Amino acid sequence: MSLRAHYEEELREMREHLLAMASLVERHLELAIQAMIKQDEGIASIVVKDDDKLDDMKVAMENSCISLIATQQPLASDLRNIFTANEIATDLERMGDYAVDIAEIAIRLKDEKYIKELDKIPRMAKIALTMVHGCIDAYVRSDAELAAKVCKTDDEVDDLTGELFAELYSMGGRETRDIFQMIQFLFVAKYIERIGDHATNIGEWVVFNVTGKLIDLND
Amino acid sequence: MENAVKISVKNLNLYYGDLQALKEVNIEISENSVTALIGPSGCGKSTFLKTLNRMNDLIPNTKITGEVLLDGNDIYAGDCDVIELRKNIGMVFQKPNPFPMSVFDNVAYGPRVHGERNKRALQETVERSLKAAALWDEVKDRLSKPALGLSGGQQQRLCIARVLAVQPEVVLMDEPTSSLDPISTGKIEDLMDELKKKYTIIIVTHNMQQAARISERTAFFLLGDLIEEGDTIDIFKTPRDKRTEDYITGRFG
Repeated sequence: MSLRAHYEEELREMREHLLAMASLVERHLELAIQAMIKQDEGIASIVVKDDDKLDDMKVAMENSCISLIATQQPLASDLRNIFTANEIATDLERMGDYAVDIAEIAIRLKDEKYIKELDKIPRMAKIALTMVHGCIDAYVRSDAELAAKVCKTDDEVDDLTGELFAELYSMGGRETRDIFQMIQFLFVAKYIERIGDHATNIGEWVVFNVTGKLIDLND
Repeated sequence: MENAVKISVKNLNLYYGDLQALKEVNIEISENSVTALIGPSGCGKSTFLKTLNRMNDLIPNTKITGEVLLDGNDIYAGDCDVIELRKNIGMVFQKPNPFPMSVFDNVAYGPRVHGERNKRALQETVERSLKAAALWDEVKDRLSKPALGLSGGQQQRLCIARVLAVQPEVVLMDEPTSSLDPISTGKIEDLMDELKKKYTIIIVTHNMQQAARISERTAFFLLGDLIEEGDTIDIFKTPRDKRTEDYITGRFG
C-alpha cells in the first residue's frame, strides 16, 4: 500500500469514527427525551451510564487528529477534513452532555405528576434531532447547501423556548414543588436549544469543510 | 497596504528547441514579499525562475516570447544590460556553491567585479552582507579561511551574503534548503523573512510546509502551465484547481 493510500485509510477511519459517534449521540438524545416523556428511569439511566463511551470517543478522535497532523502535515481538503472532524466531535460530545442533563432531570421528576402536558418540549426535541441528523447527513454528502438549509430551523427551537417560558410564567403562583418542576422544564428547553446551537455549529463546519469559509449560520 | 508590483510577467512562453517548457505564463510579483513556486520536477518552475534574470540565455536553442517587466522595463528588450540585470536580480542555488577562495573573497567577489577597489569599502560591504545573511558572528574570526571549510548551512548563507553584497533588488532562490538539515533550514527561512523587508524574494521549493511558512504568495506550475497563483494561505487551505489540490496533498503519481 502506498503511503498516500495508507493516509486515505486513516482519513476514512477518522470519518467512520465520527459517524459512529454521531449515531450514538443521536440515540442518546432520543432516549433522553423519551425518558422525559415517559418518566422512565431505566431509559434515562442508559444515557447517563453510556456517556463515558462518548467521552472516550471524543478523546480517541482528538488523538487521531493530532497524530494525522503530526505525521502527515495535512493541507487543503485533508487539512479541512481533519479540522472539521475534530470540531464536529467536540460539538457532538457537548450534545451528549446535554442528553445526560436531560436524562438526569427525567430521573429527578420520574415520580411526579407533570403540572402540564409535555407538548413543546417533544416538538423542540424533534426539530433539534432533525437538525443534528440533517447536519451529519450534509457532512457525509459534503453538501454545504443542505447544511445551511437544515440550520435555518434553529429559529423554531429558539421560538418554542420563548413560548414555553411565557406559558409557564403565565401559569402564575403555585406550590414550591410546581415551581421546581417548571424550572426543570425550562432547563430541558434550554438544553434542547443549546443542542440546536451545536447542530448549527456542525452545519457551519460542513460549510467550512466544503468551501474553506468560516461562516455564521445563526444569522 | 498592497505592495507595488516589482515583476510583471506577460504571456511568457519558453522553448528548449521543440519542447515548450513554459506556456503563456502570466503573473505579477509584489515587492518586499516572498513568492513560492511549487510543482513537480520538470514542471517549469526552475525554468521560470531563470527567465527572471535571463539565466536561460546561457542554454543553447532557447526561444522566449512574451514579456518580463522589472519595474516596468522589459528585461528581454534589446537595450537591457544583462550584467546589470543579474546584479539587480541575484540568485541562490540548490547546492551551496562557494568559490574555492576565502570567506572574505567570496563576498567581495561581486563588488570587485563591478569595480570596487577601495579596501575599506570592501570590508564594510563584506561585514554588512555577512550580517544580513546572519553569518557574521560565526565567521568574523575566520574571514581569511577557505569558504569550503564551512558547514553546508553556513556555505549557503555565504552564497546569500555573496548575492547581497552587490545590493540586488530581487533574490531568486532555487530550492535553497533542499540539501540542509532542519536547523540550517530554519536559519535560512528566518533570513528570508528578514530579507523580504528590503528585497523581493522568489523561491522554488519542493517542501510544501516551507512554502506555507515563508511565502505570502504561492504559484503552482504543472507541465509548463501556471495552474494557480494566489495568497499562500488560500492555496494551502482551499486551492481552486483540483490539480493543485492533488499535488499539495500528495495524490499525484
